[in-house]
Amino acid sequence: MKRVRIGAGAGYSGDRIDPAVELAEKGALDYLVFECLAERTIALAQKARLRDPAAGYDPLLEERMEAVLALCAQRGIRIVSNMGAANPMAAAEKTLDIARRMGLRGVRIAAVTGDDVIESLRSGMVTAQALEGALPPAARWLSANAYMGMTPIVDALAAGANVILTGRVADPALFLAPLVHEFGWDVQDWNLMGQGTVVGHLLECAGQLTGGYFADPEWKDGRKNGRKDVPGLARLGFPLAEVSADGCAEFSKVEGSGGLLNRATCTEQLLYEIQDPAAYYTPDVVADFSGVSIEETGRDRVRVTGGRGRARPATLKVSVGYHDGFIGEGQISYAGLNALARAELARDILAERLAGDSLAEVRFDLIGLNSIHGALLSRDAAVPYEIRLRAAGRAESHAAAARVVREVEALYTNGPAGGGGASGMTREIVAIASALVPRDGISPRVEMFEA
Amino acid sequence: MLLHDIAHARTGDKGNLVTISLIAYRAEDFALLERAVTAERVAAHFREVIEGPVERYGLPQLGALNFVLRRPMANSVTRSLLLDAHGKCLGSALLAMEVEPEG
Repeated sequence: MKRVRIGAGAGYSGDRIDPAVELAEKGALDYLVFECLAERTIALAQKARLRDPAAGYDPLLEERMEAVLALCAQRGIRIVSNMGAANPMAAAEKTLDIARRMGLRGVRIAAVTGDDVIESLRSGMVTAQALEGALPPAARWLSANAYMGMTPIVDALAAGANVILTGRVADPALFLAPLVHEFGWDVQDWNLMGQGTVVGHLLECAGQLTGGYFADPEWKDGRKNGRKDVPGLARLGFPLAEVSADGCAEFSKVEGSGGLLNRATCTEQLLYEIQDPAAYYTPDVVADFSGVSIEETGRDRVRVTGGRGRARPATLKVSVGYHDGFIGEGQISYAGLNALARAELARDILAERLAGDSLAEVRFDLIGLNSIHGALLSRDAAVPYEIRLRAAGRAESHAAAARVVREVEALYTNGPAGGGGASGMTREIVAIASALVPRDGISPRVEMFEA
Repeated sequence: MLLHDIAHARTGDKGNLVTISLIAYRAEDFALLERAVTAERVAAHFREVIEGPVERYGLPQLGALNFVLRRPMANSVTRSLLLDAHGKCLGSALLAMEVEPEG
């Protein structure tokens, strides 16, 4: 019986590269999928493209391709990734260069485009319905990208692409497309599409399925509790799924890799960033995770079944990235006797200095005491030996944000005794607004290159 | 007892929403989670850092509850001045909640 093996090579743009190489070497894979495009990443990539028309794809594309391209070509592993970001064509051309440089002949590289809708929104050719309130003024927009479904990826696979580089597509579609291509699934078999989406959803954050974002080491009565211990996190192995034609999926990781894969890690990841588990909206299906069952079938091996679905939505989601001012942030430490009182005095000085400044909002944190959840949840904390004061302010202008940094640094010579280790930075805020557009407002395209 | 004794959690974010899953280690403890960790209690637990009501969904066959929390718009991931702008640390704060086993 035919089975398809899909590995997860990355869970975000900056992810580790060695686990992907390990999977390609030892995973007997058919597909290696890199999910590298968080909500805001594409807006940042679009900014890079505006500065340089040949840029705008994933900053680690070159390093990743150099690490896995030859290996995947040798073993017939096809690569699917959204590393095209704001410029899939340039990403494909760059990959073509790398293939040629490595002497890999006949590698077919597809660029999937059509997600960029900023011009059609600006010109009014496509109308977007904002999901919350109204969209920001168009003058502030940096990017507008629709979440496309699996169709253009399935088309590129049918056309024989070995490497597919997309811009914005729904993350699970990167995994669903190979399954539809391999098994010839009916794309209106909503239960199959729902189960395929479960597979994609579990794999899309890579190491988060195999013990990343999970460990909580615990000691009880002088010995290790072990319920949330994860072995070998420094060499965490990324997951792979072996999927059958009926959608049944066995998840595992390669022998010798670090990490942990069990019912607990899978349940956490199944619900990760999900609202109603019975209605997970994607461009390809409204997936229903409420009947999913997770069964441990061996060490670091689980079987996942029971994903279902309903007809895909009539609209597609668009993320609009826009400029939303600047944040300035500075920090300084106080330690030893009376550290807390000196940090509080420094905070009060800053509050006075920055009052009436053109900051929209200012915030002060005492790191080590209550900086993450405020005083209510941090109750009963003993006074620590050292405190790091953090000041952060948001402003429309860069100059106003930069003043937060300067005022913190000035505490060296103008503030309480013994302030040390001041640091600071400013950054532009790239915010995201979501909207819905009609499906026919989007025209996905596939462009093929051959080495 | 603390939720940490019987359950584990994972936090995710979408815009100004935070999602927290709460999963019983043992199937028999799910009933306690369902009874004790109501949406209202979670909203009260996080009243300093969230806004408005909390939604709760259940997946009994996985021993799991899923909570959707709303942060004030000023604290959406991109605009937030919070040190943990994503709210990733909130799940661990949920596990510090006290629950009373029956009997």
